[in-house]
Amino acid sequence: MGDGRAVKLSLGPVLFAWPAEAWRDFYFRIADEACVDTVHLGEVVCLKRAGLHAPMMEAVRERLARAGKEVVLSSLALIMNEAELDAVRALAGRDDALIEANDMAACALLAGRPHAIGPYVNVYNEGTLAYLAGRGAVRACLPFELPAASLRALAAASPIELEVQVFGRVPLALSARCYAARARGRAKDDCRLVCREDGDGLAVDTLDGNAFLAINGTQTLSSTCANLVAEVGELTAMGIRRLRLSPHAVDMAGVAEVFRAVADGRLDGAEADARLTPLAGGMPFANGFFHGAEGAAFIDGE
Amino acid sequence: MSRRLELVCPAGTPASLRAAVDAGGDAVYLGFRDETNARNFPGLNFSREELQDGIRYAHERGARVLVAINTYPRAGNLDPWHRAVDDAARLGADAVILADIGLADYAARHHPNLRRHLSVQASASNPAAIRFYREELGVSRVVLPRVLTIDEIARLNAAIDVETEVFVFGGLCVMAEGRCMLSSYATPCSPNREGVCSPAGHVRYVERGDATVTKLGDFTLNVVEGDERAAYPTTCKGRYRVAGQTRYLFEEPASLSALAMLPELAAAGVTALKIEGRQRGRAYVAQVVAAFRRAVDALAAGAPLPAEELAAITEGGRETSGAYRRGWQ
Repeated sequence: MGDGRAVKLSLGPVLFAWPAEAWRDFYFRIADEACVDTVHLGEVVCLKRAGLHAPMMEAVRERLARAGKEVVLSSLALIMNEAELDAVRALAGRDDALIEANDMAACALLAGRPHAIGPYVNVYNEGTLAYLAGRGAVRACLPFELPAASLRALAAASPIELEVQVFGRVPLALSARCYAARARGRAKDDCRLVCREDGDGLAVDTLDGNAFLAINGTQTLSSTCANLVAEVGELTAMGIRRLRLSPHAVDMAGVAEVFRAVADGRLDGAEADARLTPLAGGMPFANGFFHGAEGAAFIDGE
Repeated sequence: MSRRLELVCPAGTPASLRAAVDAGGDAVYLGFRDETNARNFPGLNFSREELQDGIRYAHERGARVLVAINTYPRAGNLDPWHRAVDDAARLGADAVILADIGLADYAARHHPNLRRHLSVQASASNPAAIRFYREELGVSRVVLPRVLTIDEIARLNAAIDVETEVFVFGGLCVMAEGRCMLSSYATPCSPNREGVCSPAGHVRYVERGDATVTKLGDFTLNVVEGDERAAYPTTCKGRYRVAGQTRYLFEEPASLSALAMLPELAAAGVTALKIEGRQRGRAYVAQVVAAFRRAVDALAAGAPLPAEELAAITEGGRETSGAYRRGWQ
């Protein structure tokens, strides 16, 4: 407890439909330069996109493995039809990597052998955590909206390794409906993967012109970027063992270096914030969920 | 059609419970007056005594009472949720409607004979997830997330051995329920944890010239002018600027109405129909339940569905098929 150096950094799955080469090069750079311990691969949002990156997957895995990174394969978060369920079945059938379950279908299919629980599975309390651990979960990335008090209570009771997202836009909702298509007046069945145009998410502004949300196909994210760098000490002291960085098209190796330095006690919170601001590509920061406030809030912890 | 669809009706208050039962509801669903249920609004819900009276009223008239305990218990303080399950069992509820895995496990271990329904808040939208809840947690019925088309529901029912219940009327969540943090992003309250989406204490209506601005927390969700009615501001029914246009990005302010789809839903193998609206008054409940009672009975008798006029009481006077039609996606 409380030893920041024991904390590991995870890079979450790329949530966006980046063009194949950009996606590959992003992970190559992570392999070569980023001080993360674990890298998540896999399509979490929309099965239609899975083909985009599939041809690059083995090269990326191989490069990451050679760099000594643990690779975790993340599953789809919303499963509504046979094709999506087949994809999860295929993933759950693999024995060459730890699988992260983002839906109860994946949890069910992975029961009895070691697996990770993703942040889209509702682990809000110690009862659910113990139940899932008893079925083989060895790691859980907790839901995005949990406040510090809940994280602390979960960490105190947890039989398994817990993880919290500390950087990146926060996934807020999933839908059957594709808003990237709808924003362009298209039906989902005729989307032609228009989400490829949306980089780190399509901006949704209020009618007053304030940034609010970001659309990623069927997923809705915060327009703000979570930043818990000032809370790293508190997270590690309560027993959170892993910090998740959610990828954006920014210098994620640089972001990882800041979090590593803070976890190792080489950098203080204020200086870390100052270094993260230019790295975040203009996204404003938020940490409200952690502090029990609205998620969009930024609470100055100093 | 031989099997009669079961009509599950909202009861935000004892008066609505009586209205729903009197109008022909087969079952009512309700919650305790606290954060253990997903409609934790001021002035709504039941004390233990009111539940006891409500159960007596319903049972005397052949109707069942389902108690929704469908928020996610707070880490470090599971007691209120455990007590809610214990009290529902003690008072003779016909089932509890649960979302949390740990709580369902608690109910299964402590009250094995109390029927367990899986709340829509659990977002179980496929056979593998549903089988888990059926086989591991002994769930008898699953309330299906509002993300499935009728075709998907039919294929799902063919693949599982558990009753399904679907929403047929009222407010429509367009996101996968129980996995939506839009409201807790804009306000300090969480639907999953405290049972409140778009809490009234964080809603503001601001007059700006001829226009009314509706806000949730710091965020403007809509600006309406002239005759246009300002709908209650929920994030998913707001109007935004996106891709150079101003639009209802997620969903227009409209209510789900699947009345005309009852034959298809019956053919798809669903067991029960759920009417949303625990926050609605007893007159609304009586009117909607009576209309669905007539439709369900007509369907069971092989008669044509009666023409029902419910458009006047839908949100914004507009109806939607929701996810039931593929084109909606």
